[in-house]
Amino acid sequence: MEKRRAKEFLMQGNEAVVEGALAAGCRFFAGYPITPATEISEIMSVKLPLVDGTFIQMEDEIASMGAIIGASLAGVKSMTATSGPGFSLMQENLGFACMAEVPCVVVDVMRGGPSTGIPTFPSQGDVMQARWGTHGDHPIIVLAPSTVRECLDLTVKAFNLSEKYRTPVIVVFDEVVGHMREKITLPRPKEVEVIDRIRPTVPPEWYIPYEDTTQGVPPMAVFGDGYRFHVTGLTHDIRGFPTLRPDEVGPFMERIHRKITLGLPEIHMGEFFHLEDADIAVIAYGSVARSARRAVIDAREKGVKVGLLKLMTLWPFMRGAIERIIQRAKALIVPEINMGQLSREVKRVNEGKAKVSTINRVDGLTITPGQILRRIREVS
Amino acid sequence: MGKRHEIRLSGSGGQGIILSGIILAEALGLYGGKFVAQTQSYGPEARGGASRAEVIVSDEEIDYPKAIKLDLLLAMNQKSCDEYYRDLKEDGMLIVDSTFVTQVPTSRAIQIPFTKIAREKFHKEIVANVISLGAITELMDIISPKAMEEAVLARVPKGTENLNRDALKAGLMTARRFKESLKKKDREPQEYQQED
Repeated sequence: MEKRRAKEFLMQGNEAVVEGALAAGCRFFAGYPITPATEISEIMSVKLPLVDGTFIQMEDEIASMGAIIGASLAGVKSMTATSGPGFSLMQENLGFACMAEVPCVVVDVMRGGPSTGIPTFPSQGDVMQARWGTHGDHPIIVLAPSTVRECLDLTVKAFNLSEKYRTPVIVVFDEVVGHMREKITLPRPKEVEVIDRIRPTVPPEWYIPYEDTTQGVPPMAVFGDGYRFHVTGLTHDIRGFPTLRPDEVGPFMERIHRKITLGLPEIHMGEFFHLEDADIAVIAYGSVARSARRAVIDAREKGVKVGLLKLMTLWPFMRGAIERIIQRAKALIVPEINMGQLSREVKRVNEGKAKVSTINRVDGLTITPGQILRRIREVS
Repeated sequence: MGKRHEIRLSGSGGQGIILSGIILAEALGLYGGKFVAQTQSYGPEARGGASRAEVIVSDEEIDYPKAIKLDLLLAMNQKSCDEYYRDLKEDGMLIVDSTFVTQVPTSRAIQIPFTKIAREKFHKEIVANVISLGAITELMDIISPKAMEEAVLARVPKGTENLNRDALKAGLMTARRFKESLKKKDREPQEYQQED
């Protein structure tokens, strides 16, 4: 028997999210418990006070989202966690955070929907909601872990991206990933890269809160630090006040999209598995990517040239990666535990070049390696 | 042990099935150095309803985290035995709590009255799951009893360590006697006979 290593734990995806958030410097959590995301609130309520952080159980998810925006404006890295029904309630304030450029992290552990649906079973039904749930043209970053370790790493990444680009970042994963336990070695604090928002270096009276920069991300002052600025959900000028002038509205909208586009090389994350010589490519994320990996290994043993693109960034969509894959691959398979959401985006990028087939499952179970393997055989 | 070993623990909510799954995964993963993935499936109820926990053990990294064909099925009630027996590999091991499972689908089923032992020996039904973990440890050959004991003690509430240690031992001994009876009689016994 090996001796147990001190930093090694058996941990759920949800628990790893908390570890990642704390390592990234999250010190404020406001939320309302909901299956299958409850463990995140539960553990946050125990761990945050120990690091002088704040945990608030709010009256609902609308208020939760409002609270984390407020905390972030006050200079504290903040987060909430929910599932589909709560995520729906957060959408309005999520748009506010996009508009006012407030960094924050929202975790959505996806369960079967629509409505209250099937609380304890997995789904990937919120993928489009994560992209377009709030109204209006808005930039958003959505990350999708598929292992317990990735739950930690991508939560850290979510905080870093949200701080760097002054934007809400959403982390989505299905119930299987949230509740699955795997062995994990917790990183030491110095092993974790932590990025903090840029603060103004000018005196308060010179501060222009929404002024364009080369990267399109204006420095962000802490509310209450003597820097006066106005925060609104209305389209605003560089001083933060509502504007109707086309020459201010246009550049503003252009800037909040440009700042994300400029960051794409860093924002886009995926795992490229056996894709170099692949005639068939499976494109998957979350727990389904695990099944896909097994199917690809099994099919390779039978001599089928198949690979896997595991998406860790869902939005902005990894267009470039797909375009490279279809230079060679003749068939794409997109398995999802929904009626077909990200597959639409794959088809859009594909523009009819490769044959795209989908595997969809909405009976409360995740897709098995066998299901994907059968489809690989059919298209090969 | 092969590359991948699939275990399912099943019963009804409140029987400690999911805790058993966590302890089993910790014994194998943290104290035994294997790769493990533990998942669960349960209904919205706190008690009653179907409950199951799965543990995948492997010498290599685990991709698909759920069971496909079971190497071991523990059924703590009749319903789960009926429902999951067909997921067992041909040479897979079926262990049932014969307190509740009165009809077994195969003569090769290992029948141990975990809940009855818990009730009569410890006056606490709640330790039936730990007794079953003792039996699994003895019958599976891939977990050391010491690793299992450490995993159990790390997870149970303070003040119940002795009770749980004894329950684990009771499970180990019961399974050992079962194995010996197999050898002695050189035939498949119908039911474990409890000693007076």
